[in-house]
Amino acid sequence: MSMRSPLGRARGLGSAKAGTQHWWAQRLTAIALVPLSIWFVIAIVAATGSDHSGAIAFIGNPVTAVLLILLIVATFHHAQLGLQVVIEDYVHTKSVEITLLLLVKGAAIVLALAAIFAVLSIAFGGA
Amino acid sequence: MATDNRPLSPHLQVYKPQLTSMLSILHRITGVVLAIGALLLVWWLIAAAAGPDAYDSAQGFIGSILGRLLLFGWTFALFYHLANGIRHLAWDAGWGFELNVAYATGWLVVIVSIVLTFVSWIGGYAALGGI
Repeated sequence: MSMRSPLGRARGLGSAKAGTQHWWAQRLTAIALVPLSIWFVIAIVAATGSDHSGAIAFIGNPVTAVLLILLIVATFHHAQLGLQVVIEDYVHTKSVEITLLLLVKGAAIVLALAAIFAVLSIAFGGA
Repeated sequence: MATDNRPLSPHLQVYKPQLTSMLSILHRITGVVLAIGALLLVWWLIAAAAGPDAYDSAQGFIGSILGRLLLFGWTFALFYHLANGIRHLAWDAGWGFELNVAYATGWLVVIVSIVLTFVSWIGGYAALGGI
């Protein structure tokens, strides 16, 4: 027997005002980032000191490009979720809190898109 | 607001630092550091896409003393956050909450982070052909 009131059921909200989506997304991106970051560190260390053509060859390789894009998406999503919690914890003035949350979310989207665009332009264009 | 000037009970001033709490806040700190460092990653990718001149200037900064110092710190932050992140995922699955296990995994995370930081940097210098 659900203990929800009819109004609660209609609104779909509890005291948290949201479900567990944030928690799950944080864990999913975290799980994805375990192999992706390990790959990234190994690949980057091996490519240390490459000149421009070396870097282009590295990034432009199809497998590398796809993995980099996955890394970028997972990283910026995970980072945005994490920073959101930090802001919510430490900023006590509502207007400042909301502004910062919007800035972080916006920056995550813009930076991720810029990075993906850079990877794709190298992979397709041989910059 | 009326609540702004009310006195608070001491907390950080009196609570004894422990491995559990210190590693927890370090996880948060390294997370923020990694987020900031991700900006450098984006810059490097855009520089590579932009052409040899932009790329060389990005590499120049990374290769400078300050750049290497920042990169070293970022590397440690990465390995620490990764290792402690796995410890967190284990907790999410319900494993590792016993105090002795939490302490053992905590120390393991610290040691692994330091070791991996040095291993990756030695590997990087080896790839360069020496310091």
